[in-house]
This record gives sequence, structure tokens and C-alpha cells, in this order.
Amino acid sequence: MSPLTVKINDVFNEPACEKNRSKDAKARQKGCSKPLTPGAAAGGCAFDGAKIVLQPITDVAHLIHAPLACEGNSWDNRGAASSGPTLWRTSFTTDLTELDVVMGQGERKLFKAIREIKEKHAPPAIFVYSTCVTALIGDDIEAVCKRAAEKFGLPVVPVNTPGFVGSKNLGNKLAGEALLDHVIGTVEPDDIGPFDINILGEFNLSGEFWLVKPLLDRLGIRVRACIPGDARYLDVASAHRARAAMMVCSTALINLARKMEERWDIPFFEGSFYGITDTSEALRQIAKLLVNKGADLELIERTETLIAEEEAIAWEKLEAYRPRLEGKRVLLNTGGVKSWSVAHALMEIGVEIVGTSVKKSTVEDKERIKQILKDENHMFESMPARELYDMLSEDKADIMLSGGRTQFIALKAKTPWLDINQERQHPYAGYEGMVELVRQIDLAIHNPIWRQVREPAPWEYQPAIEKELPSTKSDTETVHDFKKASPQEPTVSATFEESR
Amino acid sequence: MTRILPQTKSAAVNPLKSSQPLGAALAFLGVNDAIPLFHGSQGCTSFALVLLVRHFKEAVPLQTTAMDEVATILGGMDHLEEAILNLKARTNPELIGVCTTALVETRGEDFARGLSNIKMMRAKELAGTEIVLANTPDFDGAIEEGWAKAVTAMIQRITLRGEQARQRKKIAILPGWNLTVADIEHLRETVESFGLKAVILPDLSGSLDGTVPDDRWVPTTYGGTTVKDIHELGTAMQCIAIGEHMRRPAEVLERLTGVPYALFQSLTGLKDTDRFVSLLSAISGTPAPAKIRRRRAQLQDALLDGHFHFGGKKIAIAAEPDQLYQLATFFTGMGAEIAAAVSTTGTSKILEKVPAEQVQVGDLGDLEGFAAGADLLVTHSHGRQAAERLRIPLMRVGFPIFDRLGSQHKLTILYQGTRDLIFDVANIFQASQHAPTPGSLDPFRNREMPDDSRPPTFSRH
Ligand code: SF4
Repeated sequence: MSPLTVKINDVFNEPACEKNRSKDAKARQKGCSKPLTPGAAAGGCAFDGAKIVLQPITDVAHLIHAPLACEGNSWDNRGAASSGPTLWRTSFTTDLTELDVVMGQGERKLFKAIREIKEKHAPPAIFVYSTCVTALIGDDIEAVCKRAAEKFGLPVVPVNTPGFVGSKNLGNKLAGEALLDHVIGTVEPDDIGPFDINILGEFNLSGEFWLVKPLLDRLGIRVRACIPGDARYLDVASAHRARAAMMVCSTALINLARKMEERWDIPFFEGSFYGITDTSEALRQIAKLLVNKGADLELIERTETLIAEEEAIAWEKLEAYRPRLEGKRVLLNTGGVKSWSVAHALMEIGVEIVGTSVKKSTVEDKERIKQILKDENHMFESMPARELYDMLSEDKADIMLSGGRTQFIALKAKTPWLDINQERQHPYAGYEGMVELVRQIDLAIHNPIWRQVREPAPWEYQPAIEKELPSTKSDTETVHDFKKASPQEPTVSATFEESR
Repeated sequence: MTRILPQTKSAAVNPLKSSQPLGAALAFLGVNDAIPLFHGSQGCTSFALVLLVRHFKEAVPLQTTAMDEVATILGGMDHLEEAILNLKARTNPELIGVCTTALVETRGEDFARGLSNIKMMRAKELAGTEIVLANTPDFDGAIEEGWAKAVTAMIQRITLRGEQARQRKKIAILPGWNLTVADIEHLRETVESFGLKAVILPDLSGSLDGTVPDDRWVPTTYGGTTVKDIHELGTAMQCIAIGEHMRRPAEVLERLTGVPYALFQSLTGLKDTDRFVSLLSAISGTPAPAKIRRRRAQLQDALLDGHFHFGGKKIAIAAEPDQLYQLATFFTGMGAEIAAAVSTTGTSKILEKVPAEQVQVGDLGDLEGFAAGADLLVTHSHGRQAAERLRIPLMRVGFPIFDRLGSQHKLTILYQGTRDLIFDVANIFQASQHAPTPGSLDPFRNREMPDDSRPPTFSRH
């Protein structure tokens, strides 16, 4: 078995993965991803997943060893934010040509590329990603990275995740493995403290971790490494000295969290910063783990005080939206943001959840969702485009929250939509983030354009227009035309009356 | 003659290119009731799809044969067949456009042979759907090549061969990929104003202009050139190809059907538009309508008003060859100078005609290196980082444009489009004008003697 195959099997065997616990040994072997159906598949490759996890490390040069497509079509496409270095946003690729491939010059070109980057940018480390074509032609990136690291005297980290080995999720995990094998634990920090934690799987999209970090600061808790959002290489390399860890995005980095616990005795819990209750719960858990590891017991009290204050403020702010949002129907179509806690906060202010996707939710989450939704039918794994479109155009929801993939289904169905995935414009984490999310929902639902786009053209029948038409002579004829036209009232106009 | 400098770096920095299969997919998207299919691993499709959606802000149909590691090693014909059958069963399109990717091309298989086997064995299931193959490995070319290959493949596969009875009023237009939705619409209206009928292949103005069918979700393209139109291309009086990269499809059409072609390397600028209008006059036997003459007069006025802002300005452009030519000639035609020109390939014939001293085959890293001191950067949205660092305004052109709205509805060709371009650029210059300060005008500061400065602009004309 090749080393990569061993790695993949190991990742599939992850004992801490909830889904895995229910499988027997044989089922685990098969891995998590169902085989894709040609002609009916969606989603990114393992390379995509690896890059998502590692690229937000901001001071590292990320070099993609591939022909153009892997990097050329995908760089600078995510909304993670950096508080300092910008090198991560510069795209580096070996851009292999046909000649390179045919002549077998891949490895040489890679080596030279590493040298060029080192000379021009002098980054603290270079991450090298393999891809389908370079794996197929047998380029040994581990060997090249090793040689380059020795020669140039800086860490050159191989990330061996050719796209065709599997899904984005597998790539997330393999990226975690690369960090374990080559980065974490390679640097000893000289400033270890009893309140040091790691946050794993937080991407700092739209800078949203900056809504959370001040809370931790207030409690005297230091983030040793946030992986990967706004991370620096040295933070990651010395992450093994944290006392406790929180794993954010449910399954993406589970293997990393578990192995760090195993190797360096860093206990972790799974949590989320989305929603009020989850944010509080996360703070509580962090405090608890730190206290277990020897931090002063008083931390727990401090944490409870902060939670009480912040929750009160957040609920008060949210309450202001109740009159505007009570009874509004939300369709939560995402796996990325943990739906339970968000659903919970929305329901607290009287919003109705008419559906939620549970594709990426854990068993526990599903249970919790089931309890608050009361109607199991409102949970779905995924919905085909056509069904989703029908549901929205039949006006069964006032807004859909989802990722970019289904954006245009909602918009073309003339239904308000809010992006809550990678490319979103607004930060939604923490207490303030939840308030922001609700504010954005309010803005989206009540935007005056919905009236305009749903209004049929004047030459299609629309009784509401009659009232608005100025009664000048020349208009009279047109108005008559309306009356003669089909009397069937379009369903959309009814919606308006309700939502006004 | 323009010198063309090959790429010598090993690490491309901030790629200029989008991939060749993406270009082919884009061309297939200009056909009605079509769906492009990437033959490769799922990731390539996912990236291309996201990028297309970010640019057009539309749902884009694009599928994948979902090759995994095992399939790649064993050969991918089964996956190709399954994908085609699935697409047919689920969406029943009129056209499936297969675009190969680097992965399957590296493994190497006879895709054309495989595809005709599939079509033969599955003739009954696949009836009513055309399947066209474009060989577009990512390690070669970029959008331009992919687009041209797809158009060529459609003509070869679908267009009825042999001389046919010509319709006197019908012309075939093969636009380059760099024309916007607005350009295509404008082109059609202009042709129609001469009493002619234009069949445009591909026609993104029908499919990616933002309009939607009213009452249902359609999983394929809606709008664009019909398969029937492609079938009947041979009945046109004349073919007009726009952009050097469209020469090959035009030649193929001529060879197969005898329809002669005229090639316009660019349709931007007064002179090229004059030629185009004269050709339409000649074909139709009617003089240019008043409306068009008026547009010409408006352009003349824009040239007069606009030239103040262009004279002596240094422009740094990175674009695929035909677009580079289109824009570089536009700028020099207004009195500006091309200070840096970067392109995606050295093989296009048009590069020799680009009015710059040299064209670097390279990336946005190269552009950034050459552009210091320029007054304007001209490239796609990815140029934003360089523009920020250099503090030079960026004019967004080409693909992808993901951080501005409406790029597809900007006009860039014929009298009116040239006029719009002049206004756009002049306004960028006016917006970034610096007020004079004593320091900036002090004659003793940074004194440059003529012999060590760069040759003045006019010496190159
Ligand atoms: S599937 Fe393979 S070739 Fe395609 S983008 Fe992913 S790594 Fe690159």
C-alpha cells in the first residue's frame, strides 16, 4: 500500500467520528464518501478540501503543483480574513505545460519553483500541494519537499491530497494529517501559560472570529493557535503546548483534535460559535477544560458572569426584531453552519423554521433539531434543485439561508436569500454575530425590491396596479386592457399583502 | 515587430489564465438546451462552476464524469458513458458538450473513438441529443483555445456538410469569447438594422443574460444558438469571425460548406467598425441606416472629448491574446502608450500586431513587476491585489470579474461600445487625478535628462 493509501485508511478509521462509531470495521474501511455518480455529482475534490483548511495560514506561501486548472480556476476565492500578512492570498502554481508532463520535468520544476518563492518572498514556510495529474505521473512531492527543505533551510511541507482520492471532507482531514506530520510540535514556544487554548476548524470568514476573540481576551484566555483562521506558521508549529482545544466545524478536523489529545494530552470538545446558546456553551466548556487542566477555579465564575451579561445584551437586541420577524418562515439549507443553535435562536424570537438540511449535522445535532422542530418532515438530507425551486416559488418560505450553490434557485424563485457559507459578506459568530445574522435576515426579507420583482408587468393582469395608475386620459385605455385580461390573480400578489 | 518573451519562471505567481476546459464549457453554454460535461475528476468541475457562477451571477449547468483514482488508472470510458446516460435521462438536453481535462488527457485515451462507440451502442437511448467532444487539457491553452475548440467541434459534428442553397439575407457570426452579452446583442441588432439575419454561434446573450423562464427550474441552458441553427450554418451567405482565435472554426465552416468568411481581429475602434459596417452594406445592398451613422458621429465626438485624458498615459494590460490586441489598439488609438503587455500564450499570431514593444507570456505577477509607474492596470478581477499594492487604478476586463456587477452588460464593440470604453477609461483617470502640489511640480526634484528617460510616445508611430 502506498503511504497515501495508508493515510486515507487511517483517516477513514477515525474512532472519534460520530458516524464511524455506528459502523462495523468493514463499513469503516469503505470510507465516508459515497461513490459519486458520473453526470450527477457535485462538490469539491480532496485538494480543494486541503487547501480550504490550510490556506488561511496567512504568512505561508501555498504552492500548487499542477497544471493550471487546480489553482488557476480557484485562487483568491474565499473570505477568510487576515490581521496581518497577505502572502497567503498570492497564488503560486507550477502551471505544468504539456511539455513538462510529457518530458517528466514536474519534480525539477517544483524544486525550482520552491527556490523562486524562497528567494523572492522568504516566507516562514512553504506548503506544497500535489494534485491529480502530478500524482498520476508519479511526482514524489514528499522527496522534493525534503530536499528543498534541507537545501533552502526552511520548512517545506508536502500536502499529499490529489483531488481524485476523494471528497473535500477527506481533503480537510488529510490536511490535518499534514499538519500533524510536519508542522505541529516543531517549534517550542517560550511563553506557555495556564490559559492557552487552540481553536480548531475556525476559518475566520469575514473576520468573524474577531467577534469571539475579545470574549476570550476578557476572560484572560489566550488563543495559542486558531487553525486555520488568521493563523501564522509559528502559532501552528507551537500549538502542541496549548492546555485545551475547541473543535469548531463539526467533522473537518476531528482527526487533528483527537490526535493532538493523544500525543500532547490536549483535551478537546466539539462546539460552535453560531447562535447564542452554543456560544455560551462553548465558553463554558473552554473554561471547564482549562480548570480541569489546572487553571484557577475562579475562571468558571468569571465565565458565567460574562455569559450572563453578554446573553442578556444579545437577547435584548434580538428582541427588537421580534415584531418584524415573528411568524416569518425560514428555510435553513446548509451544512456549514451548525443548524441547531441558529435554529434555536431564530425560534426564540418567533421565527418559524420550515426546513433544515441536516447533511453535515451530527447524530446528536439531529436529535436536538428534531426536538425543537417538532416535525421531522422538516429535516432533509439534501433537496434537488427542482424541488427546492418549486418549494420556494410556491411561497413556502419567506427566506432561504444557504451557500452560494443554491443562491440562484432562491433568487430566480424571487425569494429572499442570505449567504451563510464561505463567500458571505458578514460575520455571524458569537453573540454579536447572531444579532448581525438576524439583522441581515430582516434586511433581506423587508427589502422593497421583492414587491417590484414579483409584480407582474402592467401588460399582464394585476389589479393592484389600477389604483396606482394616474388617471390621465391617455392611460385610461390601458387600464381597460387590464380588466379585459385574464382575471386570474397571480399567487405572488397575495404574498405581498401578507408580508407588508 | 512586437517581441514575444516566453515564460521562464517555474512558479507562476497569481495566474492570468483560466483553464482551457472552462473556455470550452463557456462556448457550450452559448447553445440552447445544452449542458457541458467535464471529463475528469469532480474537483475541476466544482472549481470551474464556482468561478463561472461568481462571474455571471447565474446558475450554470456544468457536470462531471467524476473520475476517481481507480477509474483514472483503468480508463474512463465507463464513467463517460454513465455520465452521458445520466445526463440524458435526467435533463434530456439537445446538446452535451464533453470537455476533457488534464487528468484524463494525461492518462491518454482515444476519446473520439470511445465516444462514437458509446453513441453507437446507445443510439436508441441517446436519440435527440447531440454529443460534441472538445479535447481541452488544462496543461495547454486557456479560455481562448478552449472556446475556439468547442466551436470548431460543434461545426464539425453538427453542421450539415456540403454546398447548400444560400439564403441571401443570412449571415453566420462566430464571436470570440471576449465579447460580452451586451456586445452580442448589439451585434445582432446592428446586423438586423441592415435587413439581415444573424445566426450567432455561440450566443451567450440568450443564455447568460440573466433572464429566466417564468415558471420552472431548467437544469440546462435556456436560450442561445439552437442545434438546428448550427445544423443549418451552411446556408449563410457569409460568415464573420471576430478575433484571431475564431479563424480556425471559420475555416472549418468554409471547408465543410463553402461559406466564405471575413475575419475581424477586433471590432473595437472607429476603423474596424467602419470596415464592419461597409461589409454589412455590401452584403445587404443597403446603405448604413441613419441610426448607425448617428452612432458614428457620437463616437467621433467621444474621441474629441476623450483624447485629452488618454494622451501620454501608460497602460499595463494582461489579457488573452485577442483581447490584449483589442484593448491595446484601442488605447494606442487614443494616444496612450502600452507600457506592459502580458498574455497567456505565445502561439497566437495576433501577438505580433499588438502595439507594444514586447509581450510577456506570463501571469499577474509579471504584470505587477512591469506595471510600476503605469497609469492604469487593465485585466480581470484577480488584478485587484496588484492594483492595491501598486496604488494604480484597475479597469476590469475579461474573465473572471467577480467583484463588480454588470460586466456582461458592458458594451465594448462597434461605434457605441468604443464610445462607452472611452468614457469608462476617461472617468477612471479623472477619478484618480491628483491635485498638483508644490512638491510634485518642483523642477529641481527628480530631474530627468532626455537621454536617460524612455523614448517619448510619439517615436513609435
Ligand atoms: S480534481 Fe484533481 S485536477 Fe481537478 S482540481 Fe482537484 S486536484 Fe486538480
